[in-house]
Amino acid sequence: MRSLFISFVLLSLTWLLLSGVYKGLIMGLGLLSVLLTIYFVRRMDKIDGYTIDFSINIFKLLGYFFWLLMEIAKSNIEVVKAIIKGDNHINKKMFFISTSQRSDLGKVIFANSITLTPGTISINLENNQLCVHALNFNEASTKGLEEMDRRVKNIESGS
Amino acid sequence: MDFLPMLIQIFSWVFIVLGSCLMVIGAAGMLRFADFWARLHAASVIESGGMIFLLLGMCLQANDWLIFFKLAFIGLFLFITGPAATHAVAKAALSDQSRKNSTKSAIK
Repeated sequence: MRSLFISFVLLSLTWLLLSGVYKGLIMGLGLLSVLLTIYFVRRMDKIDGYTIDFSINIFKLLGYFFWLLMEIAKSNIEVVKAIIKGDNHINKKMFFISTSQRSDLGKVIFANSITLTPGTISINLENNQLCVHALNFNEASTKGLEEMDRRVKNIESGS
Repeated sequence: MDFLPMLIQIFSWVFIVLGSCLMVIGAAGMLRFADFWARLHAASVIESGGMIFLLLGMCLQANDWLIFFKLAFIGLFLFITGPAATHAVAKAALSDQSRKNSTKSAIK
C-alpha cells in the first residue's frame, strides 16, 4: 500500500512537471494515465515478480554524483588532449578490474560511471570481474577506478 | 541592464560555447582516430562533457521553471541511457571480434 502511494505521487509529480497545461480536462487525462500506468505495472508484476534490491543511500548518492561530475570534467580534459595529440600518442589497453558491490544496482552504477567518464568504457562483467577498455592506460587509471569502486560500495546502505 | 541577469547570460553563453567546442572536438576525434575503440572514447566526450555543458547553458537560458525541469529530465535520462548505449556498442564489437577469433589483437 505504501509503495502504491509513493508511485502515485512520483508519477503525478512527473506528469505535472512535464505537462505545464493546468486545465480541467488535461489534468483529468493525466490522472487517468497515472492510474492506468500503476494498474499496468501492478499487473505486469504478477507475471514477472522480479524485484530490484534498491539499497542505496540517496544522500550519499548525491555526494557521489558531484564527485563523479568532477571526475568527468578531469577525464574530459585528458581525452580532448589525446584527440588533439592524435593517434600516435595513445596507449590503448583492455584490462580487468574487480567489483566489490553487493547489489546488482551498485554494479550497474559502477559500470555506468566508468563508461560515463570519457577515456574508459566498461565492456563486460563476469564473476565480479569487469572488463574495461582505456584510451590512455597508465598506473593512475587503475588507481582511479579502484577509488571509484570503493566510493560506489560506500553509497550502498546496510552491510 | 541589471547585474544578475547579465551574469546569468554570460555564464550561460560560456557554457553553451564550451559545450559546442567539446562536441566539435569529439566529432573531430571520431574522424581522426583510426581504431574503433579509440573512436568510441572520442564519442563519449560528446555525450558526457558536451551534453552536460550544453544542457547547463540552456538551463540558464530558460526563463520558465517547467523548461528548466524538462532539461533536467533530459539530462538525467541521458546520464542513464548514454552509457548503456555505449556499452551495448562496445559489447557487440567485442563479441564480433571474438567470433572472428581475433580477441588477442584487442587484448594486448
